[in-house]
Amino acid sequence: MSTKDIETQEYIPDHLLDEPTITPVIRPGHTFGTVTDKISAIALTRKTPRGWYIGFAIAFALAMMLFYSLAQLVLVGTGIWGLNVPVAWGFAIINLVWWIGIGHAGTLISAILLLLRQNWRTSINRFAEAMTLFAVACAGIFPVFHTGRPWLAYWLFPYPNTMKMWPNFRSPLMWDVFAISTYASVSALFWFIGLIPDFATLRDRARSRSGQVIYGMLAMGWRGSARHWHRYETAYLLLAGLATPLVLSVHTVISFDFTIGITPGWHATIFPPYFVAGAIYAGFAMVLILAIPIRKFYGLEDFITMRHLRNMAKIMLATGLIVGYGYMMEAFFGWYSANQYEGFMIRNRMTGPYAPFYWALIFCNIIAPQILWSRRMRNSVPVLFITALIVSVGMWLERFVIVVTSLHRDYLPSSWGMYRGSFWDWSTFIGTIGLFVALLFLFLRFLPMISIFEMRTILPQAEVKEAKE
Amino acid sequence: MKEEPSPIYGLMAEFDNPTEIVAAAHRAYEEGYRNMDAFTPFPIEELSEAIGFHHNRLPLIVLIGGIVGCLGGYLLQYWVAVIEYPLNIGGRPFHSWPAFIPITFETTVLVAALSAVFGMLALNGLPRPHHPVFNVPNFKLASRDHFFLCIESKDPKFDRKQTRQFLEGLGGKVSDVELS
Repeated sequence: MSTKDIETQEYIPDHLLDEPTITPVIRPGHTFGTVTDKISAIALTRKTPRGWYIGFAIAFALAMMLFYSLAQLVLVGTGIWGLNVPVAWGFAIINLVWWIGIGHAGTLISAILLLLRQNWRTSINRFAEAMTLFAVACAGIFPVFHTGRPWLAYWLFPYPNTMKMWPNFRSPLMWDVFAISTYASVSALFWFIGLIPDFATLRDRARSRSGQVIYGMLAMGWRGSARHWHRYETAYLLLAGLATPLVLSVHTVISFDFTIGITPGWHATIFPPYFVAGAIYAGFAMVLILAIPIRKFYGLEDFITMRHLRNMAKIMLATGLIVGYGYMMEAFFGWYSANQYEGFMIRNRMTGPYAPFYWALIFCNIIAPQILWSRRMRNSVPVLFITALIVSVGMWLERFVIVVTSLHRDYLPSSWGMYRGSFWDWSTFIGTIGLFVALLFLFLRFLPMISIFEMRTILPQAEVKEAKE
Repeated sequence: MKEEPSPIYGLMAEFDNPTEIVAAAHRAYEEGYRNMDAFTPFPIEELSEAIGFHHNRLPLIVLIGGIVGCLGGYLLQYWVAVIEYPLNIGGRPFHSWPAFIPITFETTVLVAALSAVFGMLALNGLPRPHHPVFNVPNFKLASRDHFFLCIESKDPKFDRKQTRQFLEGLGGKVSDVELS
């Protein structure tokens, strides 16, 4: 429990950590012991910080609002949402796409950056993966309740039944069922596998009986054997290899929900890559939104350094530019297709009744993040935090614009209409944010939020030196 | 083994950095010990090499899982869409294979991932709530910052005295691993 000896180490101010040559992914002076103690103490402490109670209480209250809204929906029917013809997809699909997109950064950090040997990912992958799981859980609520009869949602799965009916596998909505459930399962497995050695650490360090028993069961008897580690590393790498195409496929399939339809504004080949880039963009914004307060509150600046924040800002900037290319292409197709419906759709988007939303999204997703080109801005934590918030709002607006403006005025002017979310739409949406945050608070309290064993591997001491003989 | 007063699982030497334990494992392997294992707080690539553990069957299991998932997913869709429940939608072919690819891909990944996780746990013999190595007094530190090398008594070269001397010669603190 001696974190004192780190504090006596020479202090390196954040701005000096900017130079890539001297930027460590972990502040110098840590040992295997201090890394272990510092991270595990957060989960094992008996004294829950007061800030935790306050934050959890707020999030929990919002989660209760979600459950109340869902109960209301089941009792009264989907009519309490603002959905109606011509806009029958509204908030449910906007929020589904938004939440799933947020989840993508977690898998990207844990799988793709692992394969690319980006060491810095180590201190953020655990909670980014947790974020993925909770975001997918929130996302899953929407399509299930959007069906109107959520107690029959299991009909979507192919199973032999007394009705002698089978689902239609040619439907993109079926692809969704498989893509999202596979994504949720593989993310959960990846997360759990990563946690096993850390559960063993918590088991060995817990002083309360209940802690020893619960973490002991979760650790499944992990003892750190070299043979086990060898197979473990193989399994982890293979999972990363499997999760990489999976994460790209999930938002591709989500975009198929739109592109397979012949609605102007949806039926575009640019959608899959543009959705995937948008997902990563929104996801990194959310990782920043979470990482900045967490590192402050728990004093984890040693492990989540400015280098992490800067790298995430760069990824945001890059994916944001791809998204910008997507918007450009949408507008270009509208003109180049010479199709009057496509042309009308894009003109209606830019100048119609929903134009303020469109231009707000252009500002949030394209203009505001350009500030990240500046190195000084990338080094400013408040700027990163605010930019990430703006991008999160922008990505929500993007989905709103795609869903609503494409539907509300299509081929037949007599069936045009306007859409707006009802009170219950908003309470459900804000409720899922509450559920997400509440789950995150529980995770921060009871599980190691940073992968302890991977942090040990990136310490300089972990290197095996050549025998001197 | 018969003349031993109480049988033990093996002898455990304790080190405090990765370089030492890899060197010790190399020496033990050169000495002819084969039934040994090392316990460390994080994966050390050189260490599994040093104790003579080079290959594992996990990639094969995952490959088989992936193939099963791929064929299973495709055949399920084929069977449903062509044989059991054909839907004639505007005269389109029943066997519309491009539409089956997304789900085939997802089931491939799902079954391969499940076999990676459960294959790893099965090959490692986990979950296993108790193991003799947990009887070593300091073993709790194997999940923190200590490194252990265990030579098991079932090794043909194992001799309680000589092996202990050998391990002490490597510089580690040596203790018996009780069986229960």
